[in-house]
Amino acid sequence: MSILSKLGETAICLKAGRVTLPYPAQAQPVPEKFRGRPIFDASKCIGCAGCANNCPAREILVFDVCQEIRILKYLGRRCTYCGRCADVCPEKAITMSQEFENGTNRIGDIGQRLELFMSTCQRCGRCFQEPSVLEQLKMKGYRFDDLQNERWIFRSQARLEGDALVDDVEIEVD
Amino acid sequence: MLKTLCQKMFGRSLWVYHANSGGCNGCDIEVLNVLTPYYDVERFGIKLVGSPRHADVMLCQGPAMRATAQALKRAYEAMPAPKLVFAIGSCACGGGVWFDSYSVLGPVEKIIPVNYYIPGCPPRPEAIIYGVAVALGLVDKKTATVQFKELELPIPRYHPQDLHGEGELVVYEKAEKV
Repeated sequence: MSILSKLGETAICLKAGRVTLPYPAQAQPVPEKFRGRPIFDASKCIGCAGCANNCPAREILVFDVCQEIRILKYLGRRCTYCGRCADVCPEKAITMSQEFENGTNRIGDIGQRLELFMSTCQRCGRCFQEPSVLEQLKMKGYRFDDLQNERWIFRSQARLEGDALVDDVEIEVD
Repeated sequence: MLKTLCQKMFGRSLWVYHANSGGCNGCDIEVLNVLTPYYDVERFGIKLVGSPRHADVMLCQGPAMRATAQALKRAYEAMPAPKLVFAIGSCACGGGVWFDSYSVLGPVEKIIPVNYYIPGCPPRPEAIIYGVAVALGLVDKKTATVQFKELELPIPRYHPQDLHGEGELVVYEKAEKV
């Protein structure tokens, strides 16, 4: 009786086959939604640095070396492949590839470095820059809205001046 | 040189010691997954040992923390001389998402020298096997630094010497070619 049960177990074991994946020789396809290493497409990138602002690990760095050239560095050491840079990119220049075999002996191999040309003013050929941070935020273009009086028109301020948003709260607008 | 040293010193089998210095256990589970029959790394002679004194390779997971840095250093010093260190996961390679918090010192290479890096959060079990295979010289590494440089600027740069006056007008010659 016991011999028969052992023979039965042997039959089950023979039917099971081999489960081990012969990995480096034969690869298995990754799942469809797998996020691997992000790939930066320099021809699409406009240098808005939205990816650098949204990276939770602060691994995308932006340097302005001169007026026309902006350098975007992806270091990739502590990248968690969350895909937020690819989500926020307005030009879809960043794609999450399915590459995961990134084992290396130099940590610099993972990095990517883009030198981007930032467009300049069409009148003078220079990049334009406002003196203070507040004025840079207000900047719309290089042309005045009100050409005769040479001043800017801010539509949002005009809306706030008319009536208060809530009755009992007064919002002061200078 | 490192590759030939690997093939000479670790010709038969690697015994690995599995050191977690404060990670989230994600990479631990992937490393243990590598040791299961599905991704059987004992094909390459890799065996998990419990003490750093028996080990050739240290698999580091988690960043170097303020509390565990000394223990990690002592475990590294306890290993016998031809030794390799693998940094597995984003925390060990670069410090992780909480790289700038109080208790995290940074990547493990701040404490001990690291020979091979396997990034990922966590890396897939295949990625860990691939990193080990790169170290053993079975496969070539696939990654290389990508650099993009614009050689010719699409708009000529502004040079003040190109400005010249014609009466009351100021003419910038290169801007006309745009």
